[in-house]
Formats: sequence, structure tokens, C-alpha cells
Amino acid sequence: MSKPEPKKVITHHDKDPDELRVIGRPRRRVDGRAKVTGQTVFADDMKLPRMVHAKIVRSPHPHAAIRSIDVTAALQAPGVLLVLTGADMPIPYGILPVSQDEHPLCPDVARFVGDPVAAVIAETEEAADAAMPLVAIEWEPLTTVASAEEALSTPEPRIHEYGDDGNVHKRIALQFGDVEESLGKSVHVFEDVFFYEGNTHLPIEQHATLAARDGDGKLVVWSSTQTPHYLHRALAKALDFPAHQVRVIATPNGGGFGGKSDPFNHEVVAAKAALVLDRPVKICLTREEVFYCHRGRHPVKMRFRTGTDADGNITAMDLETLLDGGAYGSYGVASTFYTGALQTVTYEIPRYRFRACRTFTNKPPCGPKRGHGTVQPRFGQEVQLDKIAVAVGKNPADLRLQQLCKPDTLTANYLTVGTIGLRQCIDAVVDGSSFRDRWQKLPEGRGLGIACSSYLCGAGLPIYWNAMPHSGVQLRLDRMGAVTAFCGATEIGQGSDDVLAACVAEVLGIAADDIHIRTGATDTTPIDLGSYSSRVTLMMGNAAIEAAERAKTLLVGAAARKLGIPPSRIALADRRVFDVEDPEKVGMSFRDACCAAEAEHGTLGTVGSYAPPRSPARFKGGGVGPSPTYSYSAAVVEVEVDPVTGWLHVPKIWIAHDVGRSLNPVLVRGQVEGSVYMGLGEAIMEEQVFRRLPAKMSNAAVHKFPSMLEYKSPTSLDMPEIVTYVIEDPDPKGPFGAKEVGQGPLLPIMPAVANAVFDAVGVRIDETPITAEKIARALDLRDKGKDARVGPKAFPSIDWPEGLEVPPPWEGGDGRATNDPKAKHYRAPEERGQEMMSDAARQKATAAQRASQSKSGRVSKEVRS
Amino acid sequence: MMRCRPFRYHAPRTVAEAAKILRGEGPDAMVLAGGTDVIPNLKRKQFAPRTLVALRRIGELRTASDDGLTLGAATTLDAIARHAALPEAHRAARIAASKVATPQIRNRGTIGGNLCLDTRCTYYDQSAEWRQAIDFCKKAPGPHGTAIETPVEQGICWVAPGSPRCWAVSSTDAAPALIALGAEVTLVSADGERTIPLTDLYADDGMAFLTKKRDELLTAVRLPAAVEGWRSTYWKLRRRGAFDFPILGVGAALKLDAGGTVEAARVVLGAVASRPLPVDTSGLVGGPLSDEAIDAFAAKAAGPAKPLDNTDFTLHWRKRVVRAWVAGALRELRGDDSEEASLLSRSAARIPEPLSV
Ligand SMILES: Cc1cc2nc3c(=O)[nH]c(=O)nc-3n(C[C@H](O)[C@H](O)[C@H](O)COP(=O)(O)OP(=O)(O)OC[C@H]3O[C@@H](n4cnc5c(N)ncnc54)[C@H](O)[C@@H]3O)c2cc1C
Ligand code: SF4
Repeated sequence: MSKPEPKKVITHHDKDPDELRVIGRPRRRVDGRAKVTGQTVFADDMKLPRMVHAKIVRSPHPHAAIRSIDVTAALQAPGVLLVLTGADMPIPYGILPVSQDEHPLCPDVARFVGDPVAAVIAETEEAADAAMPLVAIEWEPLTTVASAEEALSTPEPRIHEYGDDGNVHKRIALQFGDVEESLGKSVHVFEDVFFYEGNTHLPIEQHATLAARDGDGKLVVWSSTQTPHYLHRALAKALDFPAHQVRVIATPNGGGFGGKSDPFNHEVVAAKAALVLDRPVKICLTREEVFYCHRGRHPVKMRFRTGTDADGNITAMDLETLLDGGAYGSYGVASTFYTGALQTVTYEIPRYRFRACRTFTNKPPCGPKRGHGTVQPRFGQEVQLDKIAVAVGKNPADLRLQQLCKPDTLTANYLTVGTIGLRQCIDAVVDGSSFRDRWQKLPEGRGLGIACSSYLCGAGLPIYWNAMPHSGVQLRLDRMGAVTAFCGATEIGQGSDDVLAACVAEVLGIAADDIHIRTGATDTTPIDLGSYSSRVTLMMGNAAIEAAERAKTLLVGAAARKLGIPPSRIALADRRVFDVEDPEKVGMSFRDACCAAEAEHGTLGTVGSYAPPRSPARFKGGGVGPSPTYSYSAAVVEVEVDPVTGWLHVPKIWIAHDVGRSLNPVLVRGQVEGSVYMGLGEAIMEEQVFRRLPAKMSNAAVHKFPSMLEYKSPTSLDMPEIVTYVIEDPDPKGPFGAKEVGQGPLLPIMPAVANAVFDAVGVRIDETPITAEKIARALDLRDKGKDARVGPKAFPSIDWPEGLEVPPPWEGGDGRATNDPKAKHYRAPEERGQEMMSDAARQKATAAQRASQSKSGRVSKEVRS
Repeated sequence: MMRCRPFRYHAPRTVAEAAKILRGEGPDAMVLAGGTDVIPNLKRKQFAPRTLVALRRIGELRTASDDGLTLGAATTLDAIARHAALPEAHRAARIAASKVATPQIRNRGTIGGNLCLDTRCTYYDQSAEWRQAIDFCKKAPGPHGTAIETPVEQGICWVAPGSPRCWAVSSTDAAPALIALGAEVTLVSADGERTIPLTDLYADDGMAFLTKKRDELLTAVRLPAAVEGWRSTYWKLRRRGAFDFPILGVGAALKLDAGGTVEAARVVLGAVASRPLPVDTSGLVGGPLSDEAIDAFAAKAAGPAKPLDNTDFTLHWRKRVVRAWVAGALRELRGDDSEEASLLSRSAARIPEPLSV
């Protein structure tokens, strides 16, 4: 039986801006009023009658076996109702099906300082806090593994029993064409090693959860989570509780950035306690505990070997990455793939090899943070391009422009590139900053740097394999003219509620604030996979358009019959349903149209859903990287460097982002500027680092400063002037042509800062954060005539497995590995012939792209000071 | 959220009453002024006083003398930053106050609290659980910390494991500036009142960093009358434009004669030792503030600064910056445009004009 045809997705990308009443117009976001007046109810604001409080006792050891736990004294403390330990919840869980390695409370081994071991539930938070030290735990310390290198050299003791071997969680090796052959033939081969330090999300809202039993015995969990559906699955599993009797309600998140997208131990603990006590149980993490939840940026060491021709055009790239994963799997396998997935979507890379290794260490687990896994290699790639430009004597902007990917093509690793606004992005920031006139020409101590990037608009695959939609939207319309939109997506501050309202309002001809928004509740809203990987605008937006179009059909049909004109003459706008040929006279209010439709069809409700297109990648591991389309960004950063102390000051940043189309320009600017802010923090100060004590005296490995005072993140006073250019070139895949904006604009900032420092004082800081101390060290080296560079010296030698060989599309490949004996769809090369993209086809695509580039997208600009 | 241990709370209305309570309660009592240092420390269980004696109801501690030179200890930092009656020569006091923490903290935090601020260390300013993970240190050798002025011959100093003492860092912004201005402080206890030079309030020990007795209340800060020819400034180094404690403070006051010769000078470094560190200025006095004189002085001033690995930034870099900063502060006093003098002063220091109301 043949598969059903994928359904046609209506995106309305081709609508003229003048036709649109809501989309593209700057508006106050629909949740804005509640937020600024303090009415938004965050999880920590919730109180229920008979509510009690939980606190978690955490491991003081980086790695230790639990010999025994005695809870007797704690149970006798005033106000204490219950003490839970690992034995109460033996079933493991984890966000990825391949890494079910977490427990709500460690049953036998604690793997980092802060790993949860017991939970005290008491009448008040003070009582729980006071009883925590009474939980008596007998420990047997184990060897601490504190870095990725240590993990490679310390296979025993294993932090986990699963994984590739020793303390290696996962190794990946993929090759798209014979890279060594190309490197051998290249005019230049550049080899660089970089290190990207770990850092964390730092949402203002600390994680909080309230769990209770409904009157009928079902379990309800309110939580500051980005992924209520995944939390729902994890709760059902870890508690062994029927999934259909659980409802999870994502409260508005006071910032997420990826840090609230795993199911967390405190969520399971609160739910378990609520089930046992039959009382509502609240848990609010302290800031220190948020640092232990982490799931932030992996520290990554990487080596790039890049071949070029005499003009600096890339001929092949060989990338190796080594990730320090921390104590658990989290999204780590995906993060690992992401450290090599998106190198190919900005500049043409004819042959590409990517090898990655994730290790387990005794530190809080790393996971997805804004830009998930792609940020670290983007830093390396863009800094290396700067070095290439200097070496071949080209302006770094031109070096990039001369080899941009072409639209509507496949990359060497089988990613489908759609529209590309990168050329317009580069032009905007280069012109805005007078880059061509000022680069290499500013006085000593001042400099400019440029970098570019690209990001996903949603992952092509869900995290657990299924063939269902990634996002669903349900609409309810009634005789009062009220429209309610339901979707499982979570408002984490990024503006997803506003996107939902805008897409529905545009189609139905009403205002965004007319719509009741109900999101992120697994009992009432259709499933959306969650707010991660920049997927919500595109996927929920397309689902919303479908649901709204279906509702529109009902309204139009009923109104047409009532007005006695053909449906084709009906339009919806300004809360009216009317005849386009006589808008003033022939028509009715939106509410009357709802009444007519309800009278005709009965109760009104429609649904819409979205699943991304299937990727042409057919090799194992090809599931990470594909996206319906990609966003593009370019940034120019200006720096001032004090030649004596190395003090670094960033006075101005120009940033351009290809968003396809702005659904709400106010929110687009907010996301761009927020990304610049976060990127600048990573570039110049943020680091999640650990302190070890003298090895002879102690085994300790503690987070160096789990507080917002000492974990340095920029303040408003540290922000430079930002000039934002929004590049609009509607993409056929996005709702009204929109692409993502939540993550992409962060990526170019860090490499652009590094490149600017080089322009200012001629030193290379090949690692993050780029601090005064490192610059001062490099200046000393420069003054002594040594290699003026601070960064890792070498990349460790890793025992790579034999890689999968996937010929690129232009070398006869069809997206499958030629040497994977386990591949399901292995077919002989002859059979694959007709699917290949021949050289001729490729040349045609290139020509088409050149033509399309002459038509320039719309550019709008705003200066913020 | 983090929770404190329970404590008794007194809010007397007079200094005499407060002194009496402090005497009666003994070492387990602590003064609570703005609470911006005490309360976070209590939550982290760095110490666990049984009693807090709040100053908020004592009106006499919030007044300034008519000449504007004597400030009640409970005057907020914000009020000092805006204290227009302070002579221009004492500008350093206003700059230092305006650079503490954030506007919110300056609205609550007091000058008395700032001068008595606990010394800081990244091994110490941590929660009880964190400190347990390193098996504690000398300054707070147990899960409930210890009384701050009761040295305990117990525990190890992780910053300098061989050392018998604690090296926690004096992190007050006001002290270096006020010592440079020649300030005095008045201390009151049940036994009576005494006035000492501010510099004598401090001892170079991370634990016993104040010389005042535990039951002595700091009631006032007195600045000398301004004399023609004096000028002052305060340079603060921190990573960010707000929030951060100083990792280096330079309080400097100079008297120049009409010809530009240095008649007198006081320079005090903050955040490089367990007390504010006065620098020997004899080399400066009697000569002009030439570039050479400034550089020679700055190089020498950096000598005794002993940064250790217990604050933000690495110790090597902090040591290196002292010289540049002392020189920068002096050049500003010479009359160089501080905005142009140094990139550091434009970004890290960001010296705004003190607010006046
Ligand atoms: C995020 C943050 C950032 C900060 N940044 C800075 C900074 O940059 N620079 C800086 O200098 N400080 C900083 N501080 C520390 C503190 O806020 C200030 O030093 C403030 O001035 C302390 O005053 P307070 O009135 O709040 O003191 P409190 O917290 O009330 O008291 C501090 C100490 O002084 C004692 N004390 C207070 N008043 C008296 C008195 N009259 N007599 C005797 N003892 C007294 C108390 O017992 C206590 O030991 C910061 C604090 C925070 C939380
Ligand atoms: S300097 Fe040493 S003893 Fe003092 S607080 Fe720091 S680690 Fe503890």
C-alpha cells in the first residue's frame, strides 16, 4: 500500500504586506498587559488550600555511592509530613528515548554536587529547610571526573553503565565525500583548535512546580516548563501512573532559553508527594538549584581543518568536536549531532566530515541552550573564516559573500536550504557599520569584526519517534463572536501566544486581542511538542492558519447564503464579513456571521495541524539538522581594547536577521536584541565553571559561583548600542512567510567579538569568554614576539569509529550511507540513479539562485540607543 | 527560596537603648541596618545570630550635622551620593556611594553597614550546602557558620591552605574613599562613646576585620572641613556596570598648591586585602604630578596589594591592573579629562557625576 500524500500546507507566504491587517504591523503583544501589570500567574505565585512545601536534599559529593539513608530524624522534625528517597521512585526517565538515565532522587549513586538524593515535605518551607540536614546519608566517595579530557583518560569508574564505553556517552562519525582527498588538493589547509566554555540560561524565573490530586483523583501538575507534553510522558513513566489521568499545565515561563525543556526531578518529586499525601505540594527552586538543573551550553573543544582554493573558497571541511556533557544524557545526543549539523547551510562546503564525542563528567548535565549545540562550532567556523580572510588577503565580508549557499539546494549533508537572506544581512551590517572603510583601518585599540550564522526553524523530527503532527491548534467560535484558540505551545516570554493570536486573527479578519488564548495545558489543548528548537512560530503558525482557514470556510459559506452572494465574493476584515464588491452595504458583523454558521452547522470548532516535510537525509544520524527552512543572521561588532590591561569594551553592534516575514515587528526586534544581549554575555563574561580543591586534600568539584551575583551576565549598563536590520523575504514554508527569530541572532555575536578584538589589537582569543585577562595575556605574548593567541593548544586524540560514508548529492549520493550494513533501505547504486542530483541539475539550481538574488528583500532598520 | 533560621528581633528607638540590648544579648546579637549584607548572609547560613537589633527606628542615626560633614550611620548610600552639602573636595565619598551595588540596594543600604560590611570570599559567600561540599573553611567552619568576630582555630583556608589566617577581602566601597578623605567614626557602647580615625576601625584579618567591640554601635561618620586645594576621587573596578562588589577600589585625595606641587596626599586601595590598604604617599609629596611621578608612585603602590584567588577575575590580572588604576585616579586629580583618561574609566568605572538634589 502506498503512503498517503502529505497534505498541502497553506502558509499565505505570498500575501502582499498591504493586504495584511494584523501580520507585519507593530502591536502590543497579547500577553503584554498582564505581564507589566503583574497579573501573570507564574508557578511560584500559585497557592492552593492545604498546600505543603517540598525541599530537596542534594549530594555534597561530585561522585559517590549512597551506602544508606536514614530519614527517621527528619521525619520527626516539627512540621515534616513525608521524606522521599530514591527507593520511592525506582523508574528512570529522561528526555530522549536513548538516554533514560535520570531518577527523581538518586537511588544508588550521586553524580554531581547538587544531584537530588532525598526530598523533605513539610507544612512550611522553613520547616522543610530546617529538617534537611537531619536526613542522614552515608556516602562512599568515588573518583571525580571533572572534564571531557579526564573522561577520556578515566574510563573507570563509569559514571553510567550505558553509553559507548568508559565515560564516553556517544561517538559520531559521518563523512560526506572524500575529505582527505580534497584537503590534499587544496591550495591552503587551515587547522585551528577552539574551546567554547559552558554557560547557562539564567532565566529570571527560578523553576517552580505545584502538583495536586484533582477531586476525582487525577494528577495535575502546574510547572514552569517549556515542554508540557514531554513532561507529561515522563511523569506517567516515572510515577507509573496512567498517562490519561495526568494533566500538565505549563505556567507562563519567566524565561526558558532551553533550561526548562527537560522533565525535571523536582517536578516528579512534587507529583509523587502530592499523590502520597493527597495534598497540593509546591516546590520552588533556589537560584543555586537552578544552576544544578542546568542543561546549558556544553563546553566544547573543537578542531577545524578547512581546505580552500587560492581565493579562500572552501573546498572541504573536517570538523571534530569533544563535548563535556555533565552527569546525565539530557538532550546530549542531539546536542552532539548539532555540533556538526549546520556548518553546511551558510557557505558552500563541497565535502564535509564531522566527528563528535560526548563524555560524561561529574557536573550538572548540559543540554540545549538557545542555539542548541550549533553555537560552539559556529564560533570556531566564523573565527577561522576571519583567519582565512586575513591569510588570503580578502575582506572577510567578501570572503563570505563569494561562497554563500544557494537557495533551494541540498547541502553536502542533505539539508534542504530554502530561502536565504544572508546576502542582504551581510550587506546591511557592512553598509551600516562602514565595514569596508573601517576594517583594518581603525586606530590601535579599536576594531571591527564580522560573523554570520544560520539556525533551524524547528527540528524535522520529534524527540521520540512517531508519525503524528508536531503541532495542533483547535479553534472554538461561538454565537457571541468569541474565538478561542487552543494550542499546546508554551509561552516562555518569546511571544508564542501572540503568534497564535495573530495568525488566527489575520485569517478571520478580527483583532489579535479579540482572541482568547489557551495554551500549554495537556488536558485542554492539542499537542504541541514544546517551545524549543525555534519550532513554534513555524509549526504552530501553520497549524493555526489551517484551523483558521477551516473556520473561515464555515463562516464564509453561512454568510454567503445569508447575503445571497457566491462565497468567492466574501472577505473578512475589521471584524466584518462582507461582499468585496460592495463592502459598505452588503455584509454583516463577525458575530452575526458566527451566529449564521452556528445555526447552519451546529457548535463551531475546527482543528489544524502541522508536520514538517520529510528530509532527504536517509543515513543514521540524518535526523538531526533537517528543518523546514533556515533563518540567517549577520553581525558586525565594534570593540575598544585597552592596550595595557586588555579591558574590553563593546560600544556598538550592527545585527541583521533574515526572518522571512515579521509577524509582529515589535517582538522580532525584542528577540533580536535579546539574542544580542545573551550572545554578548557568552562572548565576554558568562561561564559555568567549577572549582576543584587541591587533589591531595579533597575530592570536591563544586560550581564556582552558583549565584546571579558572581555568575556574571551583562547588566543593562553593559549593553552597547544596537542597530537592528530586519530582512524580510517571505519563505514559502513559514506562516505568512515567517522564519524563526528566537535563537539565530545570538550566534554571530561571539565570533564577531573575537574577530573585532583581532582587528583592534592583533591578538586571537580562540576561546570564550573573551575576557580582559585573556587579552592581556595575549598582548604579553604579542609583545614578546610569540604567537599572540590564547586558546587550546591541541585537540585530544579520540578513538573514532569507522564513519558512515554518505556521498554528497553532487557526487551521486541519494542521502543514504554506502557502508551502513544496518541500513533498512539499502539499494544498489544502479537503482538510485534517477534520484541523484546531477551536475547539470546543480548548475541549473545555481543559475536560478543568481536570478532570485537580484530581487532584493525588504529591509527595515531601527536604531536603538 | 532560601530561608533563614529563626531569630529574635528588636527595634529600639534610641542609640542608648540599642547599646543596652547589644550588651545584654552578648555575642549572639547582631546589628541590622539596611540588611542588604546581613540578610543574604543569614540565608546562606554564614552565621546564625539569635538576635537582630534593627536600627530602622532610631531617627538620630539618619541625621546629618548642619555643616553636612557628620553623617548618621543609618544614612543611606543613595542619600550620600546625592548629598549636595558635601564640599566638592569630598567628591570621592559621593562617587564611592554611588557605585555600590544597584539603585535598589543603595536605597536601603547604609553607610554604617557599608563600613562594617563582612569581608568576602568566593569560598565563603555560598550557601550552607555548597560550603558543606568543600567541607567548610575557617571563616565559617560549620553548617551554621559562626559569629563573625569570634576567631575559631578550626577549619582550613582553601585560598591559602598553609595559612593560619583567613584572607577574605575587604569589599566596602566607602571605606577607601572615606579613609582617603581623613574620616573619623564614632562608636557607642553601654560604656560610653569614642571617636577613632576610620582607618583604625580595620584590621588585616579576614575574620577579625573590625577592631570595634561586638557590642559597639557605629553611630556617625565625620569628615574634616574642606581645605582649599584638596581634591579627591574614587575609582572602582568591577566586571559590570552595576551589582558587582569592587575587585579594586582606589580612593585618592590630594592637596595641590597653586603651582601644582603635591602638598599632601592620601591614597587607599580597596579589595586587595582584608582591610582597606593605605598606600605610603611620601614619594609623591613635594613634587609635581608629572607623568613620571605618577607612574613611579603607581608602580610602588601595586607592591603591597595582595589579591588572592577568592574574588572575580584572576589574581595575576588584578595585580596588573592596580598600577594602571592608581595612575588613572591620579591623572584625573591632576585634571586630565577622566572621560578620555582611560578606556577603563569609560566602561568599567563609568564615573557619573554624583547626583544632587
Ligand atoms: C547584590 C549585592 C551587591 C553589593 N554590592 C556592593 C558593592 O558594590 N560595594 C559595597 O561596598 N557593598 C556592596 N554590597 C553590600 C551592601 O549592600 C552594602 O555594603 C551596604 O552598604 C550595607 O549596608 P546595610 O545597611 O544594608 O548593612 P547591613 O546588612 O544591615 O549590615 C552589614 C554589617 O554591618 C553591621 N552594621 C550595620 N550597621 C551598623 C552600625 N551602625 N554599627 C555597627 N555595626 C553595623 C551589621 O551588623 C552587619 O555586620 C552589595 C550587596 C549585595 C546584596
Ligand atoms: S579566605 Fe580562606 S578562610 Fe577566609 S573565607 Fe576564604 S577560604 Fe575561608
